[in-house]
Amino acid sequence: MSKKDLGLLILILVVGAVVTAINPRFLSTINLANTSNLVALFGILSIGQAFVIITGGIELSVGSLVALLGTLFIDFIAVREMNWPLAFVLIIALGAVIGFVHGWLITRLKMQPFVVTLCGLLIYRGVARFYTADGTAGFAFGQNFPDLEFLTAGRSGGLPNSFMALIVIAIVMWVVLHRSVFGRYLYAIGKNEEAAKYSGIRTGRVVIAAYVICGVLTALSAIYFAMYTRSISPASHGQFYELYAIAAAVLGGFSLRGGEGSLVGVILGTVLLQELQNLVNLLGIPSSLNFAVMGGVILIGVLVDQQWGVFRARRRMMEATRRNVAGAPAE
Amino acid sequence: MNYSDTSFAQSTTAPFLSLEAVRKTYPGVVALDGFSMEVGPGEVIGLVGENGAGKSTLMKILGGVTRPDSGTVTVDGVAHDGLTVEASIGSGIAFVHQELNLFENLDVAANIFFGREPLKAGPLRLVDRVRLREMVAPLLKRVGANFSADTPVASLSLAQQQMVEIAKALSIRARLVILDEPTSSLPIAETEKLLDVIKGLRAEGISVIFISHRLHEVERVADRVVVLRDGMLAGTLPKSEINHDQMVKLMIGRMLKEREKAAEAGRAPGGVALSASAVRTTAYPDHPVSLELRRGEILGLAGLVGSGRTELARVLFGIDERLGGSVALDGKTLGVGSAADAVANGIFLVPEDRKLTGILLDLSIAQNISLPNLPAHAKRSLVSTGAEIATAEKQKKALGIKAPSVLTRTGTLSGGNQQKVVLAKWLAMNPKVMILDEPTRGIDIGAKAEIYGLMRSLADAGVAVLMISSDMEEVIGVSDRIAVMHEGQVSGILDRDDFSQENVLLLAVGKKPRLTQAAGGVQ
Repeated sequence: MSKKDLGLLILILVVGAVVTAINPRFLSTINLANTSNLVALFGILSIGQAFVIITGGIELSVGSLVALLGTLFIDFIAVREMNWPLAFVLIIALGAVIGFVHGWLITRLKMQPFVVTLCGLLIYRGVARFYTADGTAGFAFGQNFPDLEFLTAGRSGGLPNSFMALIVIAIVMWVVLHRSVFGRYLYAIGKNEEAAKYSGIRTGRVVIAAYVICGVLTALSAIYFAMYTRSISPASHGQFYELYAIAAAVLGGFSLRGGEGSLVGVILGTVLLQELQNLVNLLGIPSSLNFAVMGGVILIGVLVDQQWGVFRARRRMMEATRRNVAGAPAE
Repeated sequence: MNYSDTSFAQSTTAPFLSLEAVRKTYPGVVALDGFSMEVGPGEVIGLVGENGAGKSTLMKILGGVTRPDSGTVTVDGVAHDGLTVEASIGSGIAFVHQELNLFENLDVAANIFFGREPLKAGPLRLVDRVRLREMVAPLLKRVGANFSADTPVASLSLAQQQMVEIAKALSIRARLVILDEPTSSLPIAETEKLLDVIKGLRAEGISVIFISHRLHEVERVADRVVVLRDGMLAGTLPKSEINHDQMVKLMIGRMLKEREKAAEAGRAPGGVALSASAVRTTAYPDHPVSLELRRGEILGLAGLVGSGRTELARVLFGIDERLGGSVALDGKTLGVGSAADAVANGIFLVPEDRKLTGILLDLSIAQNISLPNLPAHAKRSLVSTGAEIATAEKQKKALGIKAPSVLTRTGTLSGGNQQKVVLAKWLAMNPKVMILDEPTRGIDIGAKAEIYGLMRSLADAGVAVLMISSDMEEVIGVSDRIAVMHEGQVSGILDRDDFSQENVLLLAVGKKPRLTQAAGGVQ
C-alpha cells in the first residue's frame, strides 16, 4: 500500500470515528451491511472507470449504461422470461461490445474519449427510455429468482455477497493492473503514449482492451444495481454514476492525465464516497446538501494531495542536486 | 600557445567584461576554481568545455542568478563581488538560450517588445502598433532578418526564431550577447545565417560569448577560444591557433580516438539487410524514395532539415503510414504496419526526440529497457521484476550508464545517459537493423564518443546501422557510406573517397557532387 493509499485509509477511519461518536448507529450491523453493499456496487463500476482513466481516457457513459443494461436485464428475465444465466452472459457481452466500440472509435478513428463517451451518455439514456416507453422496468408481483437474488442481493454470514464479489474482482484486477504485462502497458501508455508506441507496444489494442474491461465491469455492476433496486425507471436510474466512478478514482490518487493510480486507491475512494453519503444521512444533514459535501471533500482531498506532491517533488529535487553535486561533477 | 589568459593583448581598449579569480563551490564540488577571463568590446569568444566543466555556473554568475564565493566580475569598468539579475541586465548582458523563450502564438514585434510595448495616449493603454513596427524594423535589419515584424513566430524556422531572440537582446541595448548552444538543433544552411548574424554583432562593437559543442563553428566565428575544464581555465587559444584538435585536446586532455576508430576504412560490408523501394512518405507523397542498407555498415543519412529523413525512418519503423512502395528485410518483403511489427522483425529506432518518444521519463531505467520486450521478462504474463533488473544491470554495465541504480527514474539522468537507456533497450534484443535519428544531439563529447563506439561495434557484429545526422563532422567522421536526401528523395550516395562537406552540401541542395573518379559512388 502506498503512502497515498494509507493517507486515504486514515482519513476514512477518522471520518468513521467522528461519525460514530456523534451517531453510534454508524457501526450497527445493518448500516455496515447496507454501506458495504453500496461500496461493492459502486466499487465494481469505479474499477472499470479506473482502467480507462489510467490510459488517460475517460468513460462518461457508464451511468447511462447502468440504466440501459439494467433495464434490458430485467426485461430479459422478467418480461421475456429468458433464463437468467443466459441473460447475464448476454448483458456482459453487450457491455464488452459497447466498450469495444468506444475503444475502436477512440484509437482507430482518433476521436476524443470525452466526446465519444459523452455521446454514449446521451444515446444509451435515450435508448433506455425509448425501450420502456419511459415506463418502469420491474418484476411482476411474486416473481422470484432465488439463485440470482442470493448471488446479487443476498448475504452470507452478515456480509453482502456483492461485497464478496467486489473483493474477488478487486484481487483479480489488482494483479492485472499491478503485476501483469498488460498492466505495465496501461501505465506506460498513460504516462506517454507516443513513447510506448515507439517501444513497439500495440497501443491501440491495449487502449481498446481497457474500454472493454470498463464495459464488462459496468455491465456487471448494472446487473447488481438492477437487482438492488428491483425496479428501474430509465430516466433517472444510474444518473451521475459516471461522476461517482470518476470521483472515486480521483480521490484514490488517479490522475486524469493518465499513468497514475492504484487499485487499492480506487476502492478506498469508493469507500470514502459512500461513507460521506452515509454521514449525510446519519448526521441529519439535509440530503439536498449531499452533492455539496461530496464535492467539497473531493476538492480538499485532491488539493491536499497535490500540495503534498509538490512539497515532496521539491524535497526530492533538492536531495538529488545535493547528491549530483557531491557525487558526479563530470556528468 | 597561450595558457595564461590575462597577458593576451587583444586591444588597447579596456575589456567590456572581465572575471578575476572567480570561485564558486557547491556542497561537495568546486564548480569554478579561480577562473579568469576577459571579453573585449566587439570580440567573439568561443567558450567550450565538456558538460560539467563549469559553463552553466559561469552563465549563472554572468546572468546574476548565482553569486560567486570569491573573485570579482567587472562589467564596463564597474567591479562587482557578484552580479544581481538587475545589474546584469542593466549593464547590457543578454542571453540567447538553447531553448528559446518566445511566445509562438504572437508575432515577431510583440515578442521583441513584450511587456515594453509603446502605448497610445489615453486611458485604454492600447498598443501603438505603428510605432512598434517602426521600432522593430531597424532591429530586424541589424540581425539580417528576411521576415517582417508581423510574422507569427510559430511560422519561423528555428534560426529565424533565434534572430528574434537576438533582436530582442539588441532592443535592450545589449553590449554582450551570450549564445548558449545556439546551433545544436539548426540544420547546416540555417547555421550559416546565425554565424553571419554573430559577425554582424561583432562589426557593431557588441561582444559575443558563443558556447557550442560544434567545434568547427567555433573555429569559424571566434576571435579567441576559452576552454573550461573541471571548473578551471584549461587554456586560451588566440585566433591563429584555433583549431579543432587543439580545442579537443584542451577540453578532455586527450585526443578523441573513438571517432577515428569508428570510421576505420577498408571494411567489407555484407549483403543488403534492409531495402526500401519506391517508398512514399506523408512528407513527400509524390517523391518515392529508395535506399539499401547493408549488414555491417554505418550508412549516414544527411540532408537539410525537412528533406524527409526523419519521415523515412518513421516509415521504416512502422510509426508512419507507408503510402506506397515496399520494404524488404533480408530479401523478404515486410508488411511493416506498426512499430510493433518492426520491433518483432528486429528493426529498431532510436528516435530524434529522446524525451517525447525515446524513453518514458517517469519509468525506471529497468522498466524502460524491458518495455519493448516485456513478455520475455514475464512468467504467465506476470512481470518478473527480477528478470527486468537482471537485464537492466547487464546493459547498465555494458553501456556504462551512470545512475545510482537501475531502479532510478530515467527522467533524473543526464541527456547522454538517457540516450544510452534508449540504446540499451534495443541492444538487449538483438537488433538486425538499427536506425538512429540524431543520436548525439545535445550530448557532451565524452558520451558522443561512446555512442560512436557503440554504433561501430554494432556494425562489426553484422547489424545494419542507419544514422541520420545534421552534424556534418559526425556524418563524415562516422559513416561508411553517406546517403544524402533532398526533397524527399536520395539525391546521391557517397563512398568514403568522395566524403567532403562540400559534396554533402551539394547533394543536400540537389546539385551534383565533385567526385574523385568518373565512375564514382553516386547512384
